[in-house]
Amino acid sequence: MAWVLNGVYLVVAVLFILGLKAMSSPRTARRGIAWAGVGMVLATVATLFVPGDRGLAYFEPGKTVNLVLLLVALILGGGVAAWLGRVVKMTDMPQMVAVYNGMGGGAAALIAAVEFTSEQPPTGLHAVLAMLGAFIGSVAFTGSVVAFCKLQGIMKKTFRLPAQNAGNVIHTMVTLLVGVAIVVWGPHWWLLVPFFALALFLGFALTAPIGGADMPVVISLLNAFTGLAVGLEGYVLQNPALIIAGIVVGAAGTLLTQLMAKAMNRPLTNVLFAPITGEAQAGG
Amino acid sequence: MMDLLYLYIFLLAAFVGYEVISRVPVILHTPLMSGSNFVHGVVLVGSMWALAHAETPLQLVLGFLAVLLGAANAAGGYVVTERMLGMFAAKGDARAVTRKEA
Repeated sequence: MAWVLNGVYLVVAVLFILGLKAMSSPRTARRGIAWAGVGMVLATVATLFVPGDRGLAYFEPGKTVNLVLLLVALILGGGVAAWLGRVVKMTDMPQMVAVYNGMGGGAAALIAAVEFTSEQPPTGLHAVLAMLGAFIGSVAFTGSVVAFCKLQGIMKKTFRLPAQNAGNVIHTMVTLLVGVAIVVWGPHWWLLVPFFALALFLGFALTAPIGGADMPVVISLLNAFTGLAVGLEGYVLQNPALIIAGIVVGAAGTLLTQLMAKAMNRPLTNVLFAPITGEAQAGG
Repeated sequence: MMDLLYLYIFLLAAFVGYEVISRVPVILHTPLMSGSNFVHGVVLVGSMWALAHAETPLQLVLGFLAVLLGAANAAGGYVVTERMLGMFAAKGDARAVTRKEA
């Protein structure tokens, strides 16, 4: 059974790559999203039949709760997101990309949380990668929420904490230190809770000082972050579909971010750190 | 051994990602960002995997939220990208657009 699933994932990976390739040319762009869409439906349907200890995990006795929760989450999450995506104004599209990207990052962080709280938590390399994925995913989650709030006009001011630059470096290092402690000492709740809290707050601290006009570049960067987080969690779950799709998006997104910054005639470092050095105006 | 193989996939995927969009015209930057946002919605597969093996109430809650967010990423990402690209075709001859931008 497992090989059928992995065969489907292979087809899905090919569809995603071809889809992205097609999307980078105006003539074939619409075909590209259709291919990627077919890939996503295939992947989702195939994953309903994940193997468990005794047959199919979702259809084992005693797993009814899991199946019900799955169906509710799929219909609720997918339905509301698709409906919102259809009814918002065309001019509000960038913030919709931001919010859906944030949800992907949050999902990656939650997968790590499930792994860390399981009876056999990941160890060694897997623990390191799960921790990094959780870190990057959490930053992408709150960062994207801030990006959404800025573009939507909910958050008009640019927050600037004292000594922002140095503060963010220390913040990042402390968060990663707690992460290392999780890897070394094991995933105790008194390490996991501060780790996730610090990582989530870091996403906020990094994006809050950046002005609304620069947000598309930031969203693109956070998009690459989410891709990387998804790829890392795919490594932990040993799932090639997640690794390939996640890392392809991570690399493509990084390149795309550079291209977008270049198109704005500003180096990327200027977009990200200008509010701190004060070189550019911090618009609302 | 398996870990090393996954590392290979990791590396090759990074090169593919870089290569696949290296010649994208400026006009497609935002739709492509949206499209790649949809593609990492495959995190839904990982979420479903996690929820399938969830046992404690805490794990069920975390897995439920993971599927909820993953499904929103995938479904919302698709609709938004489709709408963006739809506006494109309505604008007329796409080839003329490329020539101008290139």
